[in-house]
Amino acid sequence: MSEWAEKVIGIFSNRRDDILRMWLESQQKNGYRGMYERIGERELYRQSNDLFEAMIDAAGQVGFASVRKPEWQAVADLVAEITAQRTRTGFSVMETVTYVFALKTVLIEILRQEQPDDIGCFVAEVVTITHALDEMALIATSAYVKTREEIILRQQQEMLDLSTPVIRVWDGILVLPLIGTLDSSRSQVITETLLQEIVSSNSDIAILDISGVPLVDTLVAQHILKTMAAARLMGAECIISGIRPEIAQTIVHLGVDLSQIKTKATLAGALKWAFDMRQLTVVHNAKR
Amino acid sequence: MIDIVPVAVEEDLVRVRQKVRQWAATYALSTLKTVKMQTAASELARNILVYAGTGTVFFSAIDGPRREFQIIFEDQGPGIADIEQALQDGYTTGSGMGIGLPGTKRLVDHFEIVSAPGQGTRVIIAMRI
Ligand SMILES: Nc1ncnc2c1ncn2[C@@H]1O[C@H](COP(=O)(O)OP(=O)(O)OP(=O)(O)O)[C@@H](O)[C@H]1O
Ligand SMILES: [Mg+2]
Repeated sequence: MSEWAEKVIGIFSNRRDDILRMWLESQQKNGYRGMYERIGERELYRQSNDLFEAMIDAAGQVGFASVRKPEWQAVADLVAEITAQRTRTGFSVMETVTYVFALKTVLIEILRQEQPDDIGCFVAEVVTITHALDEMALIATSAYVKTREEIILRQQQEMLDLSTPVIRVWDGILVLPLIGTLDSSRSQVITETLLQEIVSSNSDIAILDISGVPLVDTLVAQHILKTMAAARLMGAECIISGIRPEIAQTIVHLGVDLSQIKTKATLAGALKWAFDMRQLTVVHNAKR
Repeated sequence: MIDIVPVAVEEDLVRVRQKVRQWAATYALSTLKTVKMQTAASELARNILVYAGTGTVFFSAIDGPRREFQIIFEDQGPGIADIEQALQDGYTTGSGMGIGLPGTKRLVDHFEIVSAPGQGTRVIIAMRI
């Protein structure tokens, strides 16, 4: 580390209180509406303080020029942690990442106040610190994206878990519209829901419509077969509808044997079959 | 260009299938070929999850005599002792139907498997673009 690099770290340590105060003020100003309400003043101070301390500690060991070195890992982890927490609280990406940029502005301002005689050194240090904090901002941005992805995935999961309706379309006829990815846990829920509904509605025909299922691989096929076998044990006949042409061809190549199973291309076709089974006829009213 | 998707939890399978759809759209693959590739990828990624625990999926387009959309499934799991047996319809050491590997082979234009006990498993599939 150069003499000036060490001196800079000394300046930052000495003016720690000023830096923290200016940084907190700027975090509050820069579009952080309702910041204190959402995070709490003490928590905000704690986060800023921890991050500052970790940064000075890492810079003291290897300098601001070596942000990729393991000594900086603790700082990167803290940035990711703070970002993830703020993302979950509902901050936008700008609100989330500006705290890093705010610190950069403050640090450069402090350096300007303590300006050395040697302007070359000053500029070099400003460039180094800018690089270091840009790196932190990148870490914050990817932590933001990662956290958002996790949130979206969880929400999708929750939505799918909720959406397993069983519809009583007619006396004794059930329709189970399957929508979305059928993973193991969801398939289990679907089977149980159907079996319960067969009993409670005293139905003997169940239509499994898979037009909303994006893919039928061996696991999905196995689940469908198991559900149908269980329904049959409960005295209900099952039929599958909504197999799209590309799904049908894929199932054949894959080698899943669905030959023992009743299928119809459309839900309307399956319904017609169900009516036939119950000896029901749909009559078209003649025009008066 | 190359895409890499790690496989470690069930949700990753959704990601793998989505990636296949993106790549297929980029190369204007037909709906049938897209669904075939998605199904094959779903099988192989699940095999990683079930038998090896974790692994990695690589997406790329390769130039040969004909252009192909290629996916590689790699893991450092227990490996397969008898590949010929694993490729038989109905053979399973788990609770599956035992058609993941042979079925996948029938779905794609190119299928290759390299595996040995303790050496992990690598499956390469490709579809002509
Ligand atoms: N990545 C892997 N690592 C180790 N063993 C594997 C791997 N993939 C497959 N196998 C072995 O090969 C066998 C056959 O695999 P295959 O995918 O054909 O059937 P399955 O997974 O048992 O059932 P299905 O895929 O029909 O649900 C498996 O039971 C397993 O023993
Ligand atoms: Mg399998």
